[in-house]
Amino acid sequence: MEVGLLALFTYTGEDEMLEDAPFTIEQFYKFIGEKKLMAAKCNKCDTLLVPPRPLCMRCFSTDFSWVELKNRGKLLTYTVIYIAPPQFQSDTPYAYGIIELEDGPRLPGMIRNMKPEEIRVGMELVVDFDVATPQNWPQWPRYFFRPS
Amino acid sequence: MLGKPLVSIISAGLSRFGKIKGISGRELFVEAAKEAFERCTALDPKKDIQALIIGQMSESFEHQGHIAPIISDWTGLLPTPAVRTEVACASSAAALRLGILAILSGFYDIVMVGGVEKMTERTTAEATEYLAMAADFPFEQWNGVTFPGLFALMATAHMHKYRTTEEQMAMVAVKNHHNATMNPKAHMQKEVTVDQVLGSKMIAQPLKLYDCSLISDGAACAILARPEIASKYTGNPVHIIGSGHGSDTAGLYERESLTSMRAIKLATKEAYRMANVKPEDINVAEVHDCFTIAEIIAYEDLDFCAPGKGGKLMKDGTTMIGGEIPANTSGGLKAKGHPIGATGIAQLYEVFLQLTGQAEKRQVENCEIGLTQNLGGSGSSCFVHIYRRG
Repeated sequence: MEVGLLALFTYTGEDEMLEDAPFTIEQFYKFIGEKKLMAAKCNKCDTLLVPPRPLCMRCFSTDFSWVELKNRGKLLTYTVIYIAPPQFQSDTPYAYGIIELEDGPRLPGMIRNMKPEEIRVGMELVVDFDVATPQNWPQWPRYFFRPS
Repeated sequence: MLGKPLVSIISAGLSRFGKIKGISGRELFVEAAKEAFERCTALDPKKDIQALIIGQMSESFEHQGHIAPIISDWTGLLPTPAVRTEVACASSAAALRLGILAILSGFYDIVMVGGVEKMTERTTAEATEYLAMAADFPFEQWNGVTFPGLFALMATAHMHKYRTTEEQMAMVAVKNHHNATMNPKAHMQKEVTVDQVLGSKMIAQPLKLYDCSLISDGAACAILARPEIASKYTGNPVHIIGSGHGSDTAGLYERESLTSMRAIKLATKEAYRMANVKPEDINVAEVHDCFTIAEIIAYEDLDFCAPGKGGKLMKDGTTMIGGEIPANTSGGLKAKGHPIGATGIAQLYEVFLQLTGQAEKRQVENCEIGLTQNLGGSGSSCFVHIYRRG
C-alpha cells in the first residue's frame, strides 16, 4: 500500500512538475542544474520574468507559468575582469557580459571557451550549463555563455 | 526665480582623506565633526543638534555595525538620536535628503548629517568583495561581477554606441588628479598624464587602475538648519534649493539603457524643477566619478550635454576649473578619494567651500549656484542636490 502511494506521488507528468515548481530564484537555479533556461511568464501581461518573481513588476499579477527559453542570444556589452573577489581570483582574467536572449530577457554571466580578444559586441552566444555544485553558499549550479 | 531654501547649511566638516593607518571610522568622524563645530561658534552642539543621520555602506570593513549611536556618542552628542542610512555609495546623500525632510517635516530645527567609511585596512580582494555586495547577488555577484566590471560594461557599451574613447575617459582622471593637487585634504595630491592612465594596470577592460576611484578612509558632516533660524548661527550660509532622488533595478542587466542611468535622470529632473534652475545656471558641480566613464555619463544625464557628447565635453575643457561648468574641483572620488559612506556629504563640503569663497587655490570665480550628484551601486540609486549662496 505504502509503495503504491509513493509511486502515485512520484509518478507525475512533466507538466504537473512544472506547475508545482515555485516561482523563485532557487527554482530558476534548480532548472539550471537540469540544463534548462526557464522564465516565469506572467499570465496576465505576458511579460517574461528572468529571474522569476512572486509579483509581476509590470501588472502586479501573481499568476505565472514556466516557459523554457531558447538558449541563444546576442552580446550587448562585455568586460574582462582582472581584479576579482577572493572566490573568483583564480579565474582571472575572465570575460563577463550581458546578453539579450532571442526570447527578449537579458542575462549577465561569464563568457567562457573563447579568447577575450575575439569577443565582439553584437556577436551570437549560447547559454551553456555547468551543473557541478559549488562549495560556497548558496551552491547554485551556474550557467555561462560560449560561442555557438 | 530660484526655488526657496529647503534648509540652510550652517557648517560643514571633512576629515583628511587617504590611507589613514591606526585611526578608526568613528575617530575620523570626530575629526570632521570637530571642524564643523569650530566653524560655527554660535552653535552649542550638545544643546542645538536634535538628530544625527549617518551614511555608511558596509559594516564589513571594520566589523562594526550599528554605527549611528556610536557616532552620536563619540561626537559628544549623546543622547541625541541617531540613525544610519544605506544606499551603497550614495549612503550619505541619502542622509542629506532625509535630513532635509526631517527639518521640512517640522520635527527638527537643526540636524547633523554625515557619513564615514574606513576601508584601507582590508586587502583589495576583500574590499572588492564588500563593494560588490551592492550589486544584484543572484545574477551579478554569483557570476563574478565586480564594481569596476559593471562600469566597464557601461564603458564598452558607451564606446560602442557613441565612439567614446579611452583617451577621453583618461582625461577625466587627469583633470580630477590636477584639481586634487590644490586640495590639501585629498587622498592623492598628484598629477597624472593621459599616457600614465592609458598605461596603468588593467582592472576591468577597458577600465584601468587610473580610471578607478580610490579605496580611502574618510568622514564628512554638515549641519543643517531651518532657513528662518540660519542667521542666528552664521552670516555666510549656503541654502539647499533642490533635492532629487531616483531609484532603479539592482541589476544593470535589467535596465533598458546601458549607456545612461535612469536614476540620475529622475533625480536631476526633480532637483532642477524644485530649484528652478537649468544646467547652464550651475557654476560648480561635484559629480560621481567612481570610474571615469561614470563622470562622462553623469554629464549627459545631468543635461550638461546631449547623450553621447560627454567625452567631447571633457575634451573641450568645459568642466575644468576656468571652464563653464567646473566639475569635481575637489579632485572627485577619483583623486580626493572615495570612502563610500562619506562621499555624498564630502561632495556637499566642496560645494559649501566654493559657494562661501573658501576653496583657496581651486576657488571658482563668481560662484552662486552649485550641484552635487551622488550615485549608489551601478545606478540603482541617485541623489542630486542644488545649492545657492546665502
